[in-house]
Amino acid sequence: MELLADGIAKAVALLASLDQEVLAITLLSLKVSVTATLISLVLGISSGTLLALADFPGKRLMVSIVNTGMGLPPVVVGLFVTIFLWRNGPFGFLEILYTPTAMIIAQAVIATPIVTGITVASIQNLPANLRLQILALGATRLQMVRILIKEARLPLLAGVMAGFGGVISEVGASIMVGGNIKGYTRVLTTATVMETSRGNFDIAIALSIILLLLSFAINYVLTRIQQRERPR
Amino acid sequence: MSGDASFLDVQDLEVCRGGVRVLAIPSFTLHENEVLSLIGPNGAGKSTLLLALARLIPAATGTLRCQGEPIVSDRATFAYRRRLAMVFQQPLLFDATVFDNVAAGLKIRGLSRQEVRSRVMATMELFNMVNLAERSARKLSGGEAQRTSLARAFAIRPEMIFLDEPFVALDPPTRQALMDDLDRILTETGTAAVLATHDQLEALRLSDRMVVMNQGEIVQSGTPVEVMNQPVDEFVASFVGMENVLTGTVLAAAAGLVTVALAERRIEFPGTAAAGETAVFCIRPEHVTIDIFDPAGETSARNVFPATIRKIIPTGVFQKIHLDCGFFLVAYLTNQSLGNLHLDEGKRVFVSFKATAVHLIRAGK
Repeated sequence: MELLADGIAKAVALLASLDQEVLAITLLSLKVSVTATLISLVLGISSGTLLALADFPGKRLMVSIVNTGMGLPPVVVGLFVTIFLWRNGPFGFLEILYTPTAMIIAQAVIATPIVTGITVASIQNLPANLRLQILALGATRLQMVRILIKEARLPLLAGVMAGFGGVISEVGASIMVGGNIKGYTRVLTTATVMETSRGNFDIAIALSIILLLLSFAINYVLTRIQQRERPR
Repeated sequence: MSGDASFLDVQDLEVCRGGVRVLAIPSFTLHENEVLSLIGPNGAGKSTLLLALARLIPAATGTLRCQGEPIVSDRATFAYRRRLAMVFQQPLLFDATVFDNVAAGLKIRGLSRQEVRSRVMATMELFNMVNLAERSARKLSGGEAQRTSLARAFAIRPEMIFLDEPFVALDPPTRQALMDDLDRILTETGTAAVLATHDQLEALRLSDRMVVMNQGEIVQSGTPVEVMNQPVDEFVASFVGMENVLTGTVLAAAAGLVTVALAERRIEFPGTAAAGETAVFCIRPEHVTIDIFDPAGETSARNVFPATIRKIIPTGVFQKIHLDCGFFLVAYLTNQSLGNLHLDEGKRVFVSFKATAVHLIRAGK
Protein backbone atom coordinates (compact mmCIF):
# COMPACT_ATOMS: atom_id res chain seq x y z
CA MET A 1 0.00 0.00 0.00
CA GLU A 2 2.93 2.28 0.76
CA LEU A 3 4.19 1.70 -2.76
CA LEU A 4 0.82 2.71 -4.17
CA ALA A 5 0.47 5.80 -1.94
CA ASP A 6 4.03 6.89 -2.78
CA GLY A 7 3.40 6.30 -6.45
CA ILE A 8 0.20 8.34 -6.44
CA ALA A 9 1.87 11.23 -4.57
CA LYS A 10 4.78 11.36 -7.02
CA ALA A 11 2.38 11.01 -9.94
CA VAL A 12 0.37 14.02 -8.78
CA ALA A 13 3.59 16.03 -8.45
CA LEU A 14 4.65 14.97 -11.96
CA LEU A 15 1.30 15.98 -13.41
CA ALA A 16 1.34 19.29 -11.57
CA SER A 17 4.78 20.11 -12.97
CA LEU A 18 3.48 19.64 -16.55
CA ASP A 19 6.44 17.51 -17.55
CA GLN A 20 7.25 18.13 -21.22
CA GLU A 21 7.93 14.49 -22.02
CA VAL A 22 4.66 13.36 -20.43
CA LEU A 23 2.81 16.09 -22.34
CA ALA A 24 4.35 14.97 -25.64
CA ILE A 25 3.44 11.33 -24.95
CA THR A 26 -0.13 12.37 -24.12
CA LEU A 27 -0.52 14.44 -27.27
CA LEU A 28 0.86 11.63 -29.45
CA SER A 29 -1.54 9.15 -27.80
CA LEU A 30 -4.44 11.45 -28.59
CA LYS A 31 -3.28 12.11 -32.14
CA VAL A 32 -2.80 8.42 -32.95
CA SER A 33 -6.01 7.17 -31.34
CA VAL A 34 -8.27 9.99 -32.56
CA THR A 35 -6.94 9.64 -36.13
CA ALA A 36 -7.36 5.85 -36.00
CA THR A 37 -10.90 6.26 -34.65
CA LEU A 38 -11.80 8.74 -37.40
CA ILE A 39 -10.47 6.35 -40.06
CA SER A 40 -12.43 3.50 -38.48
CA LEU A 41 -15.59 5.64 -38.51
CA VAL A 42 -15.29 6.30 -42.25
CA LEU A 43 -14.54 2.64 -43.04
CA GLY A 44 -16.77 1.10 -40.36
CA ILE A 45 -19.91 3.18 -40.91
CA SER A 46 -19.79 2.82 -44.70
CA SER A 47 -19.07 -0.91 -44.70
CA GLY A 48 -21.46 -1.54 -41.79
CA THR A 49 -24.27 0.29 -43.57
CA LEU A 50 -23.59 -1.61 -46.78
CA LEU A 51 -23.55 -4.90 -44.89
CA ALA A 52 -26.80 -4.05 -43.08
CA LEU A 53 -28.68 -2.99 -46.20
CA ALA A 54 -27.40 -5.33 -48.89
CA ASP A 55 -28.75 -8.82 -49.39
CA PHE A 56 -26.24 -11.32 -50.71
CA PRO A 57 -25.31 -14.96 -50.18
CA GLY A 58 -22.94 -15.32 -47.24
CA LYS A 59 -24.18 -12.17 -45.49
CA ARG A 60 -24.58 -13.96 -42.16
CA LEU A 61 -21.06 -15.33 -42.44
CA MET A 62 -19.76 -11.82 -43.13
CA VAL A 63 -21.60 -10.39 -40.11
CA SER A 64 -20.22 -13.21 -37.96
CA ILE A 65 -16.70 -12.43 -39.16
CA VAL A 66 -17.19 -8.73 -38.35
CA ASN A 67 -18.56 -9.59 -34.92
CA THR A 68 -15.55 -11.82 -34.30
CA GLY A 69 -13.35 -8.94 -35.40
CA MET A 70 -14.86 -6.78 -32.66
CA GLY A 71 -12.78 -8.77 -30.21
CA LEU A 72 -9.61 -8.89 -32.31
CA PRO A 73 -6.56 -9.30 -29.99
CA PRO A 74 -4.26 -6.26 -30.45
CA VAL A 75 -1.12 -8.42 -30.45
CA VAL A 76 -2.48 -10.41 -33.40
CA VAL A 77 -3.18 -7.16 -35.23
CA GLY A 78 0.31 -5.94 -34.27
CA LEU A 79 1.88 -9.11 -35.62
CA PHE A 80 0.14 -8.98 -39.00
CA VAL A 81 0.59 -5.22 -39.49
CA THR A 82 4.28 -5.72 -38.69
CA ILE A 83 4.55 -8.52 -41.26
CA PHE A 84 2.82 -6.41 -43.90
CA LEU A 85 5.00 -3.37 -43.19
CA TRP A 86 8.24 -5.32 -42.67
CA ARG A 87 11.08 -4.42 -45.00
CA ASN A 88 10.43 -7.53 -47.14
CA GLY A 89 6.64 -7.45 -46.63
CA PRO A 90 4.05 -6.46 -49.23
CA PHE A 91 4.04 -2.84 -48.06
CA GLY A 92 7.66 -2.68 -46.91
CA PHE A 93 8.44 -0.14 -49.62
CA LEU A 94 6.39 2.42 -47.68
CA GLU A 95 9.00 2.35 -44.89
CA ILE A 96 6.49 3.27 -42.21
CA LEU A 97 7.14 0.51 -39.64
CA TYR A 98 8.03 2.00 -36.24
CA THR A 99 6.35 5.30 -37.08
CA PRO A 100 3.15 6.88 -35.71
CA THR A 101 1.56 6.12 -39.11
CA ALA A 102 2.06 2.39 -38.53
CA MET A 103 0.46 2.77 -35.09
CA ILE A 104 -2.52 4.58 -36.63
CA ILE A 105 -2.91 1.78 -39.19
CA ALA A 106 -2.79 -0.91 -36.48
CA GLN A 107 -5.26 0.93 -34.25
CA ALA A 108 -7.61 1.57 -37.20
CA VAL A 109 -7.53 -2.18 -37.93
CA ILE A 110 -8.56 -2.83 -34.31
CA ALA A 111 -11.34 -0.19 -34.23
CA THR A 112 -12.88 -0.72 -37.67
CA PRO A 113 -14.60 -4.07 -36.93
CA ILE A 114 -15.96 -2.57 -33.68
CA VAL A 115 -17.51 0.38 -35.52
CA THR A 116 -18.66 -1.86 -38.39
CA GLY A 117 -20.34 -4.35 -36.04
CA ILE A 118 -22.13 -1.65 -34.09
CA THR A 119 -23.19 0.07 -37.34
CA VAL A 120 -24.67 -3.17 -38.69
CA ALA A 121 -26.65 -3.67 -35.46
CA SER A 122 -27.75 -0.02 -35.34
CA ILE A 123 -29.02 0.08 -38.92
CA GLN A 124 -30.70 -3.32 -38.62
CA ASN A 125 -32.46 -2.17 -35.44
CA LEU A 126 -34.22 0.67 -37.25
CA PRO A 127 -37.88 -0.11 -38.14
CA ALA A 128 -38.04 -2.54 -41.05
CA ASN A 129 -40.18 -0.27 -43.24
CA LEU A 130 -38.16 2.91 -42.63
CA ARG A 131 -36.05 2.26 -45.74
CA LEU A 132 -39.17 1.90 -47.85
CA GLN A 133 -40.72 4.98 -46.26
CA ILE A 134 -37.66 7.07 -47.16
CA LEU A 135 -37.67 5.77 -50.75
CA ALA A 136 -41.41 6.48 -50.95
CA LEU A 137 -40.65 10.08 -49.97
CA GLY A 138 -38.71 10.29 -53.23
CA ALA A 139 -35.19 9.78 -51.91
CA THR A 140 -32.30 8.51 -54.01
CA ARG A 141 -30.40 5.52 -52.58
CA LEU A 142 -27.66 7.84 -51.37
CA GLN A 143 -30.17 10.12 -49.64
CA MET A 144 -31.76 7.05 -48.04
CA VAL A 145 -28.43 5.87 -46.64
CA ARG A 146 -27.64 9.35 -45.30
CA ILE A 147 -31.03 9.56 -43.55
CA LEU A 148 -30.68 6.05 -42.11
CA ILE A 149 -27.25 6.87 -40.66
CA LYS A 150 -28.69 10.06 -39.17
CA GLU A 151 -31.54 8.07 -37.61
CA ALA A 152 -29.06 5.57 -36.14
CA ARG A 153 -26.77 8.28 -34.74
CA LEU A 154 -27.35 7.45 -31.06
CA PRO A 155 -26.26 3.82 -31.18
CA LEU A 156 -23.51 4.87 -33.60
CA LEU A 157 -22.15 7.16 -30.89
CA ALA A 158 -21.77 4.05 -28.75
CA GLY A 159 -19.73 2.66 -31.63
CA VAL A 160 -17.47 5.72 -31.57
CA MET A 161 -16.98 5.31 -27.81
CA ALA A 162 -16.27 1.60 -28.09
CA GLY A 163 -13.86 2.15 -30.99
CA PHE A 164 -11.95 4.93 -29.26
CA GLY A 165 -11.93 3.05 -25.94
CA GLY A 166 -10.54 0.01 -27.71
CA VAL A 167 -7.59 1.81 -29.29
CA ILE A 168 -6.61 4.36 -26.63
CA SER A 169 -6.18 1.52 -24.14
CA GLU A 170 -4.44 -1.06 -26.35
CA VAL A 171 -0.74 -1.67 -25.96
CA GLY A 172 0.17 -4.83 -27.87
CA ALA A 173 -0.17 -3.50 -31.40
CA SER A 174 1.30 -0.07 -30.63
CA ILE A 175 4.42 -1.50 -29.06
CA MET A 176 4.89 -4.00 -31.92
CA VAL A 177 4.46 -1.62 -34.85
CA GLY A 178 5.61 1.57 -33.12
CA GLY A 179 8.54 0.24 -31.21
CA ASN A 180 8.01 2.61 -28.23
CA ILE A 181 10.71 4.98 -29.51
CA LYS A 182 11.29 7.86 -27.11
CA GLY A 183 10.02 11.17 -28.44
CA TYR A 184 8.68 9.54 -31.59
CA THR A 185 6.34 6.58 -31.11
CA ARG A 186 6.04 6.42 -27.34
CA VAL A 187 2.40 6.67 -26.23
CA LEU A 188 0.74 6.44 -22.81
CA THR A 189 0.17 2.70 -22.84
CA THR A 190 3.61 1.71 -24.16
CA ALA A 191 5.31 4.15 -21.77
CA THR A 192 3.31 2.71 -18.85
CA VAL A 193 4.45 -0.83 -19.72
CA MET A 194 8.07 0.32 -19.99
CA GLU A 195 8.11 2.33 -16.74
CA THR A 196 6.43 -0.54 -14.85
CA SER A 197 9.06 -2.97 -16.10
CA ARG A 198 11.76 -0.58 -14.89
CA GLY A 199 10.12 -0.30 -11.45
CA ASN A 200 9.26 3.39 -11.91
CA PHE A 201 5.81 2.97 -10.47
CA ASP A 202 5.29 6.69 -9.81
CA ILE A 203 5.69 7.55 -13.50
CA ALA A 204 3.65 4.52 -14.52
CA ILE A 205 0.83 5.56 -12.18
CA ALA A 206 0.98 9.15 -13.45
CA LEU A 207 0.71 7.93 -17.04
CA SER A 208 -2.17 5.62 -16.09
CA ILE A 209 -4.03 8.47 -14.42
CA ILE A 210 -3.62 10.60 -17.56
CA LEU A 211 -4.82 7.69 -19.71
CA LEU A 212 -7.88 7.21 -17.53
CA LEU A 213 -8.65 10.93 -17.46
CA LEU A 214 -8.26 11.21 -21.22
CA SER A 215 -10.49 8.23 -21.84
CA PHE A 216 -13.02 9.53 -19.33
CA ALA A 217 -13.05 13.06 -20.81
CA ILE A 218 -13.73 11.90 -24.35
CA ASN A 219 -16.34 9.36 -23.29
CA TYR A 220 -17.96 11.95 -21.04
CA VAL A 221 -18.41 14.37 -23.95
CA LEU A 222 -19.80 11.62 -26.20
CA THR A 223 -22.08 10.34 -23.44
CA ARG A 224 -23.41 13.85 -22.84
CA ILE A 225 -24.30 14.14 -26.53
CA GLN A 226 -25.88 10.68 -26.50
CA GLN A 227 -27.92 11.26 -23.33
CA ARG A 228 -29.09 14.70 -24.47
CA GLU A 229 -30.54 13.15 -27.63
CA ARG A 230 -31.84 9.97 -26.00
CA PRO A 231 -35.63 9.48 -26.22
CA ARG A 232 -37.31 10.11 -22.87
CA MET B 1 -65.25 11.04 -56.69
CA SER B 2 -63.28 9.12 -59.27
CA GLY B 3 -62.87 10.01 -62.89
CA ASP B 4 -63.10 7.57 -65.80
CA ALA B 5 -59.52 7.92 -67.02
CA SER B 6 -57.21 5.28 -65.65
CA PHE B 7 -54.27 6.59 -63.68
CA LEU B 8 -52.53 3.37 -62.87
CA ASP B 9 -52.76 0.12 -64.84
CA VAL B 10 -51.27 -3.17 -63.76
CA GLN B 11 -51.23 -6.35 -65.82
CA ASP B 12 -50.14 -9.85 -64.78
CA LEU B 13 -48.37 -8.72 -61.66
CA GLU B 14 -46.67 -11.43 -59.62
CA VAL B 15 -44.53 -11.06 -56.52
CA CYS B 16 -42.52 -13.96 -55.14
CA ARG B 17 -40.87 -14.31 -51.75
CA GLY B 18 -38.35 -17.06 -51.11
CA GLY B 19 -39.38 -18.68 -54.39
CA VAL B 20 -43.05 -18.77 -53.35
CA ARG B 21 -45.63 -16.70 -55.21
CA VAL B 22 -47.29 -14.40 -52.68
CA LEU B 23 -49.17 -12.10 -55.04
CA ALA B 24 -50.85 -12.76 -58.38
CA ILE B 25 -52.85 -9.90 -59.88
CA PRO B 26 -53.95 -10.44 -63.50
CA SER B 27 -55.33 -6.91 -63.78
CA PHE B 28 -55.68 -3.86 -61.57
CA THR B 29 -56.67 -0.28 -62.39
CA LEU B 30 -56.76 2.89 -60.31
CA HIS B 31 -58.72 5.73 -61.88
CA GLU B 32 -57.89 9.42 -61.58
CA ASN B 33 -59.16 10.94 -58.32
CA GLU B 34 -60.40 7.52 -57.22
CA VAL B 35 -60.20 6.28 -53.64
CA LEU B 36 -59.93 2.51 -53.73
CA SER B 37 -59.94 0.25 -50.69
CA LEU B 38 -58.12 -3.06 -50.54
CA ILE B 39 -59.81 -5.16 -47.93
CA GLY B 40 -58.97 -8.63 -46.72
CA PRO B 41 -57.74 -10.51 -43.68
CA ASN B 42 -54.17 -10.37 -42.40
CA GLY B 43 -51.87 -12.07 -44.90
CA ALA B 44 -54.22 -11.48 -47.83
CA GLY B 45 -51.50 -9.59 -49.72
CA LYS B 46 -52.81 -6.04 -49.31
CA SER B 47 -49.51 -4.57 -48.08
CA THR B 48 -47.53 -6.52 -50.69
CA LEU B 49 -49.77 -5.16 -53.45
CA LEU B 50 -49.33 -1.60 -52.15
CA LEU B 51 -45.53 -2.00 -52.04
CA ALA B 52 -45.54 -3.48 -55.54
CA LEU B 53 -47.75 -0.66 -56.84
CA ALA B 54 -45.34 1.86 -55.30
CA ARG B 55 -42.45 -0.03 -56.90
CA LEU B 56 -40.85 -0.44 -53.49
CA ILE B 57 -40.48 -4.20 -53.88
CA PRO B 58 -39.51 -6.01 -57.07
CA ALA B 59 -42.14 -7.85 -59.06
CA ALA B 60 -41.34 -11.24 -60.58
CA THR B 61 -43.50 -10.44 -63.62
CA GLY B 62 -45.99 -7.87 -64.80
CA THR B 63 -46.27 -4.42 -66.27
CA LEU B 64 -47.18 -1.19 -64.53
CA ARG B 65 -48.30 1.87 -66.46
CA CYS B 66 -48.90 5.28 -65.00
CA GLN B 67 -51.08 7.44 -67.26
CA GLY B 68 -50.16 5.11 -70.09
CA GLU B 69 -46.38 5.36 -69.54
CA PRO B 70 -44.72 2.01 -68.72
CA ILE B 71 -42.57 2.12 -65.58
CA VAL B 72 -39.61 -0.05 -66.52
CA SER B 73 -36.19 1.53 -66.13
CA ASP B 74 -34.62 2.63 -62.83
CA ARG B 75 -34.90 6.22 -64.00
CA ALA B 76 -38.62 5.83 -64.74
CA THR B 77 -39.16 4.09 -61.40
CA PHE B 78 -37.45 6.94 -59.54
CA ALA B 79 -39.50 9.56 -61.40
CA TYR B 80 -42.66 7.51 -60.74
CA ARG B 81 -41.91 7.29 -57.00
CA ARG B 82 -41.67 11.07 -56.86
CA ARG B 83 -45.30 11.26 -58.01
CA LEU B 84 -46.59 9.16 -55.14
CA ALA B 85 -46.58 9.03 -51.36
CA MET B 86 -47.00 6.22 -48.91
CA VAL B 87 -48.16 5.99 -45.32
CA PHE B 88 -47.51 2.83 -43.31
CA GLN B 89 -49.17 1.31 -40.24
CA GLN B 90 -46.41 2.73 -38.05
CA PRO B 91 -45.89 6.49 -38.43
CA LEU B 92 -42.14 5.90 -39.12
CA LEU B 93 -41.28 9.46 -38.18
CA PHE B 94 -37.73 10.76 -38.17
CA ASP B 95 -36.03 11.73 -34.94
CA ALA B 96 -36.70 15.45 -35.46
CA THR B 97 -39.41 18.05 -34.92
CA VAL B 98 -42.85 17.71 -36.48
CA PHE B 99 -41.99 20.57 -38.86
CA ASP B 100 -38.85 18.78 -40.06
CA ASN B 101 -40.77 15.55 -40.49
CA VAL B 102 -43.42 17.19 -42.64
CA ALA B 103 -40.64 18.92 -44.57
CA ALA B 104 -38.69 15.68 -45.21
CA GLY B 105 -40.01 14.88 -48.70
CA LEU B 106 -39.63 18.52 -49.78
CA LYS B 107 -36.02 18.72 -48.56
CA ILE B 108 -35.29 15.44 -50.35
CA ARG B 109 -36.53 17.15 -53.54
CA GLY B 110 -34.14 20.03 -52.93
CA LEU B 111 -36.79 22.75 -52.63
CA SER B 112 -35.69 26.16 -51.37
CA ARG B 113 -35.96 26.87 -47.65
CA GLN B 114 -38.69 29.42 -48.28
CA GLU B 115 -40.70 27.06 -50.45
CA VAL B 116 -40.31 24.26 -47.89
CA ARG B 117 -41.56 26.53 -45.09
CA SER B 118 -44.62 27.74 -46.98
CA ARG B 119 -45.58 24.23 -48.19
CA VAL B 120 -45.09 22.71 -44.72
CA MET B 121 -47.18 25.40 -43.02
CA ALA B 122 -49.94 25.07 -45.63
CA THR B 123 -50.02 21.28 -45.14
CA MET B 124 -50.01 21.60 -41.35
CA GLU B 125 -52.95 23.98 -41.57
CA LEU B 126 -54.75 21.49 -43.79
CA PHE B 127 -54.27 18.87 -41.08
CA ASN B 128 -55.06 21.26 -38.19
CA MET B 129 -51.69 20.68 -36.56
CA VAL B 130 -49.83 24.00 -36.74
CA ASN B 131 -49.54 23.94 -32.93
CA LEU B 132 -47.38 20.80 -33.15
CA ALA B 133 -44.76 22.29 -35.49
CA GLU B 134 -41.89 22.63 -33.01
CA ARG B 135 -42.66 19.54 -30.96
CA SER B 136 -40.24 16.61 -31.08
CA ALA B 137 -41.64 13.60 -32.93
CA ARG B 138 -40.73 11.53 -29.86
CA LYS B 139 -43.24 13.41 -27.75
CA LEU B 140 -46.28 12.85 -29.95
CA SER B 141 -49.26 10.67 -29.10
CA GLY B 142 -50.11 7.84 -31.51
CA GLY B 143 -52.76 9.94 -33.23
CA GLU B 144 -50.51 13.00 -33.54
CA ALA B 145 -47.70 10.84 -34.92
CA GLN B 146 -49.93 9.31 -37.58
CA ARG B 147 -51.34 12.76 -38.41
CA THR B 148 -47.75 13.95 -38.90
CA SER B 149 -47.03 10.96 -41.11
CA LEU B 150 -50.09 11.77 -43.27
CA ALA B 151 -49.07 15.45 -43.43
CA ARG B 152 -45.55 14.42 -44.50
CA ALA B 153 -47.08 12.38 -47.31
CA PHE B 154 -49.44 15.15 -48.49
CA ALA B 155 -46.79 17.90 -48.21
CA ILE B 156 -45.14 16.64 -51.39
CA ARG B 157 -48.50 17.02 -53.19
CA PRO B 158 -48.56 13.48 -54.53
CA GLU B 159 -50.69 12.53 -57.49
CA MET B 160 -51.57 9.29 -55.71
CA ILE B 161 -51.16 8.04 -52.20
CA PHE B 162 -50.88 4.51 -50.84
CA LEU B 163 -52.17 4.04 -47.30
CA ASP B 164 -51.28 0.80 -45.53
CA GLU B 165 -53.73 0.47 -42.62
CA PRO B 166 -52.81 3.91 -41.26
CA PHE B 167 -55.49 3.89 -38.55
CA VAL B 168 -55.08 0.35 -37.26
CA ALA B 169 -53.18 1.24 -34.08
CA LEU B 170 -55.36 4.20 -33.07
CA ASP B 171 -58.15 4.41 -30.51
CA PRO B 172 -61.67 4.82 -31.98
CA PRO B 173 -62.16 8.61 -31.41
CA THR B 174 -58.68 9.42 -32.78
CA ARG B 175 -59.25 7.09 -35.69
CA GLN B 176 -62.58 8.74 -36.46
CA ALA B 177 -61.14 12.27 -36.35
CA LEU B 178 -58.20 11.35 -38.57
CA MET B 179 -60.45 9.49 -40.99
CA ASP B 180 -62.74 12.54 -41.27
CA ASP B 181 -59.73 14.76 -42.03
CA LEU B 182 -58.32 12.30 -44.55
CA ASP B 183 -61.70 12.06 -46.28
CA ARG B 184 -61.91 15.86 -46.50
CA ILE B 185 -58.34 16.25 -47.75
CA LEU B 186 -58.65 13.51 -50.36
CA THR B 187 -61.77 15.23 -51.69
CA GLU B 188 -60.20 18.71 -51.59
CA THR B 189 -56.94 17.67 -53.26
CA GLY B 190 -58.43 15.13 -55.66
CA THR B 191 -55.56 12.76 -54.90
CA ALA B 192 -56.04 9.20 -56.11
CA ALA B 193 -55.61 6.79 -53.19
CA VAL B 194 -55.34 3.11 -52.45
CA LEU B 195 -56.21 2.27 -48.84
CA ALA B 196 -55.36 -1.15 -47.44
CA THR B 197 -57.53 -2.07 -44.48
CA HIS B 198 -59.20 -5.02 -42.84
CA ASP B 199 -61.93 -2.76 -41.49
CA GLN B 200 -64.94 -2.81 -43.83
CA LEU B 201 -66.44 0.29 -42.18
CA GLU B 202 -63.24 2.25 -42.87
CA ALA B 203 -63.43 1.11 -46.50
CA LEU B 204 -67.12 2.03 -46.74
CA ARG B 205 -66.45 5.44 -45.24
CA LEU B 206 -63.62 6.45 -47.54
CA SER B 207 -63.74 4.62 -50.82
CA ASP B 208 -65.37 4.82 -54.24
CA ARG B 209 -64.43 1.22 -55.00
CA MET B 210 -63.63 -1.83 -52.93
CA VAL B 211 -61.28 -4.65 -53.87
CA VAL B 212 -61.40 -7.78 -51.73
CA MET B 213 -58.20 -9.82 -51.48
CA ASN B 214 -57.46 -13.28 -50.19
CA GLN B 215 -54.29 -15.35 -50.36
CA GLY B 216 -52.53 -12.90 -52.67
CA GLU B 217 -55.36 -12.66 -55.19
CA ILE B 218 -58.23 -10.30 -55.92
CA VAL B 219 -61.49 -12.13 -55.32
CA GLN B 220 -63.98 -9.31 -55.93
CA SER B 221 -63.98 -5.71 -57.07
CA GLY B 222 -66.89 -3.30 -57.14
CA THR B 223 -68.60 -0.39 -55.46
CA PRO B 224 -68.85 -0.71 -51.68
CA VAL B 225 -72.61 -1.36 -51.96
CA GLU B 226 -72.08 -4.13 -54.52
CA VAL B 227 -69.38 -5.84 -52.48
CA MET B 228 -71.29 -5.54 -49.22
CA ASN B 229 -74.59 -6.81 -50.63
CA GLN B 230 -73.56 -9.11 -53.45
CA PRO B 231 -70.47 -11.05 -52.38
CA VAL B 232 -69.16 -13.45 -55.00
CA ASP B 233 -68.39 -16.25 -52.58
CA GLU B 234 -68.62 -17.39 -48.97
CA PHE B 235 -65.21 -15.89 -48.13
CA VAL B 236 -66.21 -12.39 -49.25
CA ALA B 237 -69.62 -12.82 -47.63
CA SER B 238 -68.13 -13.65 -44.24
CA PHE B 239 -65.48 -10.93 -44.56
CA VAL B 240 -67.99 -8.17 -45.26
CA GLY B 241 -70.14 -9.14 -42.30
CA MET B 242 -72.69 -11.24 -44.17
CA GLU B 243 -73.31 -13.49 -41.21
CA ASN B 244 -76.16 -15.46 -42.74
CA VAL B 245 -74.72 -17.70 -45.43
CA LEU B 246 -77.19 -20.53 -46.02
CA THR B 247 -77.36 -23.58 -48.25
CA GLY B 248 -80.64 -25.06 -49.53
CA THR B 249 -82.16 -27.08 -52.35
CA VAL B 250 -83.86 -25.29 -55.23
CA LEU B 251 -87.50 -26.35 -55.43
CA ALA B 252 -88.54 -24.13 -58.28
CA ALA B 253 -87.26 -21.25 -60.36
CA ALA B 254 -89.49 -19.14 -62.55
CA ALA B 255 -89.69 -15.54 -63.74
CA GLY B 256 -86.44 -14.70 -62.03
CA LEU B 257 -87.64 -15.94 -58.65
CA VAL B 258 -86.01 -18.91 -56.96
CA THR B 259 -87.70 -20.95 -54.23
CA VAL B 260 -85.36 -22.87 -51.97
CA ALA B 261 -86.16 -25.46 -49.32
CA LEU B 262 -84.19 -25.24 -46.12
CA ALA B 263 -85.06 -27.14 -42.94
CA GLU B 264 -88.69 -27.51 -44.05
CA ARG B 265 -88.96 -23.80 -44.77
CA ARG B 266 -89.32 -22.17 -48.14
CA ILE B 267 -87.23 -19.14 -48.93
CA GLU B 268 -87.85 -17.01 -52.00
CA PHE B 269 -85.43 -14.63 -53.62
CA PRO B 270 -84.49 -13.31 -57.06
CA GLY B 271 -81.94 -15.23 -59.09
CA THR B 272 -81.33 -17.87 -61.71
CA ALA B 273 -81.16 -21.55 -60.83
CA ALA B 274 -82.67 -24.88 -61.77
CA ALA B 275 -84.85 -27.13 -59.66
CA GLY B 276 -82.87 -29.74 -57.78
CA GLU B 277 -79.70 -27.64 -57.63
CA THR B 278 -78.00 -26.71 -54.40
CA ALA B 279 -78.11 -22.96 -53.76
CA VAL B 280 -75.77 -20.98 -51.52
CA PHE B 281 -77.26 -17.63 -50.59
CA CYS B 282 -76.82 -14.92 -48.00
CA ILE B 283 -78.76 -12.28 -46.07
CA ARG B 284 -77.27 -9.34 -44.18
CA PRO B 285 -78.25 -9.49 -40.47
CA GLU B 286 -79.45 -5.88 -40.57
CA HIS B 287 -81.99 -6.87 -43.25
CA VAL B 288 -83.70 -9.38 -40.96
CA THR B 289 -86.72 -8.01 -39.06
CA ILE B 290 -88.04 -9.42 -35.78
CA ASP B 291 -91.69 -9.14 -34.69
CA ILE B 292 -93.51 -10.48 -31.68
CA PHE B 293 -96.69 -11.15 -33.67
CA ASP B 294 -97.03 -12.76 -37.07
CA PRO B 295 -96.61 -9.90 -39.54
CA ALA B 296 -98.11 -11.85 -42.45
CA GLY B 297 -100.51 -9.56 -44.27
CA GLU B 298 -98.87 -6.46 -42.85
CA THR B 299 -95.46 -6.89 -44.43
CA SER B 300 -94.29 -6.89 -48.02
CA ALA B 301 -91.58 -9.37 -47.06
CA ARG B 302 -91.98 -12.69 -48.89
CA ASN B 303 -90.11 -14.66 -46.25
CA VAL B 304 -91.75 -14.88 -42.81
CA PHE B 305 -90.96 -17.63 -40.29
CA PRO B 306 -91.63 -18.36 -36.63
CA ALA B 307 -88.38 -18.52 -34.65
CA THR B 308 -86.96 -18.88 -31.16
CA ILE B 309 -84.35 -16.49 -29.78
CA ARG B 310 -81.36 -18.60 -28.77
CA LYS B 311 -78.89 -15.93 -27.75
CA ILE B 312 -78.60 -12.15 -27.43
CA ILE B 313 -75.07 -10.76 -27.71
CA PRO B 314 -74.43 -7.06 -26.99
CA THR B 315 -72.03 -5.56 -29.55
CA GLY B 316 -72.17 -1.87 -28.65
CA VAL B 317 -74.66 0.00 -30.83
CA PHE B 318 -76.43 -3.19 -31.95
CA GLN B 319 -77.55 -6.36 -30.24
CA LYS B 320 -76.77 -9.51 -32.16
CA ILE B 321 -79.69 -11.94 -32.00
CA HIS B 322 -79.17 -15.64 -32.70
CA LEU B 323 -82.40 -17.14 -34.01
CA ASP B 324 -83.55 -20.68 -34.57
CA CYS B 325 -86.14 -20.83 -37.33
CA GLY B 326 -85.42 -24.40 -38.31
CA PHE B 327 -82.17 -23.04 -39.61
CA PHE B 328 -79.77 -20.68 -37.88
CA LEU B 329 -80.18 -16.96 -38.56
CA VAL B 330 -78.55 -13.83 -37.17
CA ALA B 331 -80.31 -10.48 -36.90
CA TYR B 332 -79.19 -7.09 -35.59
CA LEU B 333 -81.43 -4.97 -33.42
CA THR B 334 -80.81 -1.59 -31.89
CA ASN B 335 -80.77 -1.48 -28.10
CA GLN B 336 -83.96 0.56 -28.23
CA SER B 337 -85.82 -2.00 -30.40
CA LEU B 338 -84.71 -4.80 -28.10
CA GLY B 339 -86.17 -2.94 -25.13
CA ASN B 340 -89.42 -2.03 -26.93
CA LEU B 341 -90.03 -5.61 -28.01
CA HIS B 342 -89.14 -7.03 -24.55
CA LEU B 343 -87.07 -9.71 -26.20
CA ASP B 344 -85.29 -12.34 -24.20
CA GLU B 345 -83.55 -15.62 -24.79
CA GLY B 346 -86.02 -18.45 -25.38
CA LYS B 347 -88.80 -16.12 -26.55
CA ARG B 348 -90.87 -17.11 -29.61
CA VAL B 349 -90.87 -14.45 -32.33
CA PHE B 350 -91.37 -14.04 -36.08
CA VAL B 351 -88.56 -13.19 -38.45
CA SER B 352 -89.06 -11.72 -41.88
CA PHE B 353 -86.86 -10.54 -44.73
CA LYS B 354 -87.57 -9.37 -48.24
CA ALA B 355 -86.78 -11.51 -51.23
CA THR B 356 -84.53 -8.72 -52.49
CA ALA B 357 -82.53 -8.86 -49.24
CA VAL B 358 -81.31 -12.32 -50.26
CA HIS B 359 -78.30 -12.63 -52.56
CA LEU B 360 -77.73 -15.87 -54.43
CA ILE B 361 -74.01 -16.60 -54.29
CA ARG B 362 -74.11 -19.67 -56.50
CA ALA B 363 -76.30 -22.57 -57.53
CA GLY B 364 -75.26 -25.89 -58.97
CA LYS B 365 -75.37 -29.64 -58.65
